[in-house]
Amino acid sequence: MAALAHNRSAGPIRRALSRFFENGAAVAGLAILVPILLLTLTYDLWWPYRPNDIDLLAMNRGPSPTHWLGSDGVGRDIMARLLQGGRTSLLVATVSMAISTFIGFFIGAIAGFAGRLVDGVTMRFVDLAMTLPPVIFLLVLASIVGSGIMPTIFVISLLSWPVLSRMVRARLLELRERDFVVASRGMGAGLWHLLIRHGLPNTIDILVVYATLQVASGILLEAGLSFLGLGVTPPEASWGNMLNAARATHVLENYPWQWMFPGGALVVTVLAINFVGDGLRDAFDPRSELK
Amino acid sequence: MSHKFFLEVSELGKDFAPVAFGRGPVVRAVQNVSFNIRRGEVVGLVGESGSGKTTIGRMVAQLIEPTSGSIRFDGVETTSLTRRELRRMHARVQYIFQDPFASLSPRMTIGEILVEGLDIQRIGSKSERVAKAAQALASVDLPPDAISRYPHEFSGGQRQRIGIARALTLAPELIVADEPVSALDVSIQAQIVNLLRDLQMRLGLTMLFIAHDLAVVEYVADTVIVLYLGRIMEMAPSRELYASPQHPYTRALLSAVPSPDPSRHTARQILKGDIPSPANPPSGCVFRTRCPVAIEACAGAVPALREGAKGHFKACIRDDLD
Repeated sequence: MAALAHNRSAGPIRRALSRFFENGAAVAGLAILVPILLLTLTYDLWWPYRPNDIDLLAMNRGPSPTHWLGSDGVGRDIMARLLQGGRTSLLVATVSMAISTFIGFFIGAIAGFAGRLVDGVTMRFVDLAMTLPPVIFLLVLASIVGSGIMPTIFVISLLSWPVLSRMVRARLLELRERDFVVASRGMGAGLWHLLIRHGLPNTIDILVVYATLQVASGILLEAGLSFLGLGVTPPEASWGNMLNAARATHVLENYPWQWMFPGGALVVTVLAINFVGDGLRDAFDPRSELK
Repeated sequence: MSHKFFLEVSELGKDFAPVAFGRGPVVRAVQNVSFNIRRGEVVGLVGESGSGKTTIGRMVAQLIEPTSGSIRFDGVETTSLTRRELRRMHARVQYIFQDPFASLSPRMTIGEILVEGLDIQRIGSKSERVAKAAQALASVDLPPDAISRYPHEFSGGQRQRIGIARALTLAPELIVADEPVSALDVSIQAQIVNLLRDLQMRLGLTMLFIAHDLAVVEYVADTVIVLYLGRIMEMAPSRELYASPQHPYTRALLSAVPSPDPSRHTARQILKGDIPSPANPPSGCVFRTRCPVAIEACAGAVPALREGAKGHFKACIRDDLD
């Protein structure tokens, strides 16, 4: 397609992106998110402490010039743990987002395109997955596969795909009857071609928005699981298990920096991602597409 | 079986069942339709909306499966093909859609749209595909720079030409044109019809031309089939049909075609009411409920399609008209 690539006019995706950058809240969200990402990804290059270094002279100390955000009960640096925790949280959230988007898209797309029988069977299976009460399902799954980063990713991705597959299926059921898809079938297109060439580009808006918001909810789920002691296990840092420290009343009352910073980071990151997600949704809204 | 005919359709029927668990009636969209098309011939299929024109077109293009009957394409029965044979068959039959705004994907450039068929059929190398797409674009009189633009940048008539170009990329032998001009402005219609006629003659295409406009069909088609409620009412060579329509339905349709000659006064027959529901068609002749010359016997039996003059078929028991 290289010969066709030059001098092509702005496609639907590019037009959506330019609408996105006109959206103030979304750009603000991005402006918060990018520094957070940069900080968490590069902290070990410029911050002297490691998350599990113990400074016995600074136990339960508040913010100071050496430990900017203070230190915890065993003398570990909160700043280092916060940034490492962000890394863990974002890793868990991003990977589980990728897995659940993949599963969700393919299950929904196959249900939508492969005919009535396949559709019926798959969607009953999706219904089944959706009827499982999430918290209990999480607890049972976590207690079976154990805790740690990989199991947490597994649990979160397994829980969140059904909603996406329903949205994708609904879109593709409508798409299937559109003339250009009928034309494609009329030229002999198989299921795979229809999925990749028509299904994917026409659900990209759903996928992008879902993926963004799924990162936010992945962070929250990870934090929730770790808070309950089922997610990322200490001494590995994550925002969830740092918040776990706030369960003790004397920490809650006397050492606010130990839970306020991870809590704040969680809120700010999730909010920023949600702004970006909302911005993307508005940018991809078909009603703003010139027909 | 002789290979005299390129496309042989016999006793074709299509029922649409109610949706799962629904208890609605079965819709009989097409019933017992038979016709043949010679290679290089253009057959017009006319009828009101709901008469089953599009359903027949889509069955011929292998887009939906018939409930009964057979479609033989170049001597090959198409209703029982394997998946691979079906894909090869798809390259030989192409479909032109009615609505040029719905038939092109808004997310693909014209170039991508035009090479899609070649990609699917794995014909040629990448550069050959692009060359073929450019060639198809030229054959419908569009500028070569259109290849990198998106459909929304074109007008209805231009889009329809892109749709025609897409159908041509696979070098098909049969084209099913489903009301290719009815969504266009009158001023553009002639352009597109001429283009189709031109391409058909130059490339020796066989064409099934679906329309509800008799004037367009008269110009394009060699043979005309008049449909009503999924059944053939009359079938005759184009000139014959227009000169001496035999079936009362065809007469009513022809009397509704406006004439550019103000001195020509024909007694207009106006059909009352709507086409009956194909879910609950009348007994006997399906047209009898709106027929001006219906008699009691019309309700009795379904009239057979009989040959009157040579090549002129009609499904009506009233031979005593005129």
